[in-house]
Amino acid sequence: MSIDRSEVEKIAHLARLNITEETLAATTRSLGEVLALVDELQAVDTSGISPLAHPLDTTQRLRADEVTEPNRREQLQENAPAAEDGLFLVPKVID
Amino acid sequence: MKWETVIGLEVHVQLATQSKIFSGASTAFGAEPNTQACAIDLGLPGVLPVLNEEALRYAIMFGLAINADINKRSVFDRKNYFYPDLPKGYQTTQMDHPIVGAGEVEIQLADGNKRTVRIHHAHLEEDAGKSLHEDFHNMSGIDLNRAGTPLIEIVSEPDMRNAEEAVAYARKLHSIVTSLGICDGEMSQGSMRFDVNISVRPQGEREFGTRTETKNLNSFKFMEEAIEKEVARQIEVIEACGADTMEKIQKAITQETRLYNGETGEAKSMRSKEEANDYRYFPCPDLLPVEIDDAYIDVLRDKLPELPDAREARFIEQYQLSAYDASILADEADMASFFEAVCSSSGDAKLSANWCMGELSARLNAEEISIRDIALSAEQLGTLIARITDGTISSKMAKDIFDTLWKSPDKTVDAIIEDQGGGVIADSSELEGMIDEVIANSDKQVENYRKATEDKRPKMLGYFVGQVMKLSQGKAEPKQVNEILLKKLNDLL
Repeated sequence: MSIDRSEVEKIAHLARLNITEETLAATTRSLGEVLALVDELQAVDTSGISPLAHPLDTTQRLRADEVTEPNRREQLQENAPAAEDGLFLVPKVID
Repeated sequence: MKWETVIGLEVHVQLATQSKIFSGASTAFGAEPNTQACAIDLGLPGVLPVLNEEALRYAIMFGLAINADINKRSVFDRKNYFYPDLPKGYQTTQMDHPIVGAGEVEIQLADGNKRTVRIHHAHLEEDAGKSLHEDFHNMSGIDLNRAGTPLIEIVSEPDMRNAEEAVAYARKLHSIVTSLGICDGEMSQGSMRFDVNISVRPQGEREFGTRTETKNLNSFKFMEEAIEKEVARQIEVIEACGADTMEKIQKAITQETRLYNGETGEAKSMRSKEEANDYRYFPCPDLLPVEIDDAYIDVLRDKLPELPDAREARFIEQYQLSAYDASILADEADMASFFEAVCSSSGDAKLSANWCMGELSARLNAEEISIRDIALSAEQLGTLIARITDGTISSKMAKDIFDTLWKSPDKTVDAIIEDQGGGVIADSSELEGMIDEVIANSDKQVENYRKATEDKRPKMLGYFVGQVMKLSQGKAEPKQVNEILLKKLNDLL
């Protein structure tokens, strides 16, 4: 498994990562090295072993259906770059 | 060429829990923006989602209701994409190991035929927030109250062949989830939303055509319109380019996501497959696999509420309703229990059914309110019906009294009858007096009646009956009026 520049560009776009022209080659190379490691792992025979969903060998705990969170809009919106009338403001969404 | 339509549905159902799927924030509808969006819903660093057990139970109940396999081990995945109403940059959903496996529902069509629609699976996931595209100095406003509301997404097989079947299926799901009490069914509040996958192919062809997906329809009516328009569009596109092989037919249609605006009746393309999202699903590291055992499922199975099909069968059996009446009344749990309460108070099932499906439903529709929100009680309607069956009032009077009851639900039926001057005119001499008065004041009509040939006369009687009803303020019994009138008029011949 290998990866080329255009794939790195596509993945960077999907993840909204700004990879500059200068770092693109280095990123492509280091991602390629990671994939080479994955190739080694792929070589292990895993037939008969069920896929792992989580490294912890335990299961999800559940909570009761109760409202426990108060309204903390004021504090939470202090982190937002822009808010108005209780709404978070973001660059205009175009359909 | 004769075309066949192929439809599959993805239905999003908001679960009626008090709190969010992964946080303790409230899910109540209509709150001030962002007052019900906590740190977990906002996806702030360092938070840990914990699954709401009620959401899990509701999903399992749905699975049991459609005879599906319940997966004892299910896994949450992250579906990664960027949109301002999705603060975490991913939606927590279930991809490879959903809680509910394959099941099926039976739908009934207008011609009485039944069909089975297979359900591929149903999974638990979280809802997104809402973008308000009003102009905030060239910005969009975001309300995240809805973010993290628990949903089940129900994915059907492409088993429907026209809009009628798709709507019947959607209605059946609505009926099931409201009967289970796992969803409030309020379509106008977005409690159920439909994504419709549509393709066409030549009749008899086994391969599928290229499908489009019309997203986020929130009414049965809009869904029906959207399907009909999209089918017509696809056929037109295919025929316009003269595609005559399956390959050319598939090429003619672009696989795309579409939006239908119910208000304007216009559909448009949202994005095509070339720019389609690559969601890069992976298991959510914040949530562990969910494991349940048979005992857990059995407890839910044992207390599953009555489902629409069973209720319909019971209505036919217990109240001797027609299959049609039973299907209408058993459809929604709230209407069904209202009908049963009316019935037990009136003692007349057929008349109770007629009133619930007629006057009551018409009023609910006209005022666009739910039966849960009416002030009129089932006992009041039952008493009103009982007064018809015991002969105190006529059906015509009952409609007026119903109107008064609707506006002043604190009054009793008997008090309204009293206010309106009592029930039907039982005294025949009083009625005869009114009829004599009408005849005396209708010289011209009486003359016409006398001159008319015998076959024309019954039709002419209507005028006199109408006058008598008017004079009696609706309190005369039309049948009785007819008899006396006929006798008196014939005496004049």
